[in-house]
Amino acid sequence: MRRAYVYKAFERFWHWMQAILIMFLAFTGFEIHGSLSFFGFEDAVKYHNIAASALLILIAFAIFWHLTTGEWRQYIPTSRNIKAQLDYYLFGIFRNAPHPVKKTVLSKLNPLQKLVYFGLKVLVIPVIVTSGLLYMFYRYPQRHGVEGLNIESLQAVALVHTAAAFLLAVFIIAHLYLITTGTTVLSNLRAMLTGYEDLEEEAEEKEEEAIEEAVEEPAEEISSIKNF
Amino acid sequence: MRKIILLLSAACIAALAVVGTLKKKDHEESALEKLREKYSVKHSPSVDHSKFAVLKQKFSSPQQVTGACISCHNERHTEVMKSNHWNWEREEYVKGRGIVYLGKKNAINNFCIGVQGNEQSCAKCHIGYGLSGGEMNYKDPNNIDCLVCHDNTETYAKANEKGGAPDASLDLNNIAQHVGRPERSNCGVCHFFGGGGNNVKHGDLDKAMFQPSREVDVHMASEGANMQCVDCHLTDKHNISGKLYSLSSMNHNRVTCEQCHTENPHESEVLNEHTLKVACQTCHISTYAKANYTKKSWDWSAAGKLKNGEPFIEEDSKGNDTYMSIKGKFVWGKELKPEYIWFNGNATHYLLGDKIKDTSAPLMLNPFAGNYKDTESKIIPVKIHRARQPFDPVNMLLIQPKLYAENKGEGAFWKDFNWQKSAEEGMKEAGLPFSGRVSFMRTESNWPVNHMVATKENAVKCNECHTRENGRLAALNDFYMPGRNYSSLIDGLGKFLLWATLLAILVHGGLRIAGSLKKKGAKQ
Repeated sequence: MRRAYVYKAFERFWHWMQAILIMFLAFTGFEIHGSLSFFGFEDAVKYHNIAASALLILIAFAIFWHLTTGEWRQYIPTSRNIKAQLDYYLFGIFRNAPHPVKKTVLSKLNPLQKLVYFGLKVLVIPVIVTSGLLYMFYRYPQRHGVEGLNIESLQAVALVHTAAAFLLAVFIIAHLYLITTGTTVLSNLRAMLTGYEDLEEEAEEKEEEAIEEAVEEPAEEISSIKNF
Repeated sequence: MRKIILLLSAACIAALAVVGTLKKKDHEESALEKLREKYSVKHSPSVDHSKFAVLKQKFSSPQQVTGACISCHNERHTEVMKSNHWNWEREEYVKGRGIVYLGKKNAINNFCIGVQGNEQSCAKCHIGYGLSGGEMNYKDPNNIDCLVCHDNTETYAKANEKGGAPDASLDLNNIAQHVGRPERSNCGVCHFFGGGGNNVKHGDLDKAMFQPSREVDVHMASEGANMQCVDCHLTDKHNISGKLYSLSSMNHNRVTCEQCHTENPHESEVLNEHTLKVACQTCHISTYAKANYTKKSWDWSAAGKLKNGEPFIEEDSKGNDTYMSIKGKFVWGKELKPEYIWFNGNATHYLLGDKIKDTSAPLMLNPFAGNYKDTESKIIPVKIHRARQPFDPVNMLLIQPKLYAENKGEGAFWKDFNWQKSAEEGMKEAGLPFSGRVSFMRTESNWPVNHMVATKENAVKCNECHTRENGRLAALNDFYMPGRNYSSLIDGLGKFLLWATLLAILVHGGLRIAGSLKKKGAKQ
């Protein structure tokens, strides 16, 4: 076992902000939907819109970060080991079997995570964001006399937005539970809070180390500048 | 280093956001303040009528006063004689009918039904004199009643059943010397009492509005802007803007809130968006009949009961007539929530002589056009007056009965209490056939609620419409409204997924806990 810096500062900030915003959006959103009542409709709409704008800004920064760091490659889905991962969750986990896919800094996600997160990023999030924007700005074309762009009814937009919201809510609940399936019950949570996680060493360790060295070098450089 | 840059940029963004949201443009005068300023300037007349010699002559008839008015205002009478107030009708294009002269002569309502045969008493609210003997001389300008609208002494009053003439005891000289711009009292004396009593017809126009409080009407409040009717009902050449759709059909010459407040009066963009589909009145008139009762329904079929051969009246504890032998049974209401309908400014009408197609459902006497998909339509608040009124089940016509007469035996219902006779007389005067049979059917009429605007604190709240159960707009179901509508398929599937996930977590977690306990046990 070896302590590794898995989640960078921005990554953790992005993750937790996103978690808070999405849960808040779900709460206010389902109030607007009529499923619950807490803030009152008017305030729920107000807060939902503010949180939505905040989430959009966060998403913009996150996209920039993923592209510039190359971290986006983490989410490329792969069919390798999908069955093994499923087998683990359905059977192995109860026998305390080892995780079938080793977590490394360069490959933080197991094949099922890759698939689900990829689905979130290319499908659910874009759908909920687009329908949300249409929801917010709906009818503006007509108001400004552009009849051609007019959406006749809010219904389609609202239903798509609702469906995506249910999917996200289901994801969050499942995600909250799956946090506990790390090496220990709390190790995943701790990793996402501190950034560090104890990773099992592997056969490819050598390769990994070489890369880590390469990564660590500039860090050293920076610290030397700091000292200077 | 990198951390510092990140922290700094995050702090900058946060600071910008805080400044952006907290900064109020308080240097800019709001549109509402500008309006307040404009309407706080009181109208001052340009002449003093008490100094005119022509108004000092001794008047022996109201027509002489009119003559004196016309001697100076020598074109005004031609304007008045073109007006609806004078002619009691409007030239209207009605879809499916073409040009119709719509007015008291051919329209029918579900209060006192119509003016036919009752002109004598109705003349109390016509702006003319000399409406005796059933016929009115619409050509003689001296018959114009200038004073009923322009008297500023608040003493002028028309006499009962005198064909529109004023009370003989009035000091016409004093009144003529104190004329001016119409005030609430001039309009209210007729318009607050439509239907034969205070607030009977409209519900949103009642005597409380002579001197209303801010709670009753925020514009006309005497301790506030104290606006007069004509401040909104702008008038050009005696053509008064605004009209009621009980007697008009076309989308023109209307008074709107937007003419002062614009289409984007709110600070909140979300609220401004509403104005595309929702009329201002819908949110800003939360209740009507705020101070006094209005008539909600009228059952003519119960009329005609007598006690010892005499007609009688029953009152409820609030002093409202609940039964009158001459009129039937009434239901009254106060502080009522309006009903809501789509309206694009065009209405049609049941006119005297129209065939009734269906008697199973209530007949709407003035259906309003509009729906969600129509871009001209907005949701408006209405009072819907419901009635049971006489119709001829053979000819399928609503009946215009003769109600009033001087003496018994002339066929007037209010004297003889005989439906067959009064229907026969009334229909004869209207020039319509009558089979001899009288039956009763349900009718409805729309009365748009446009007055009694609430203070902004008392406007309708979002969740009064955006709610699943019993919202104000529950009856308007041709569109999707957030908070009210949902797809039972999507919600059902979504809920199923949520519960399935939770269940899976419980089972999975339980098995894991059981597994680890077993392992512990095995170790021991």
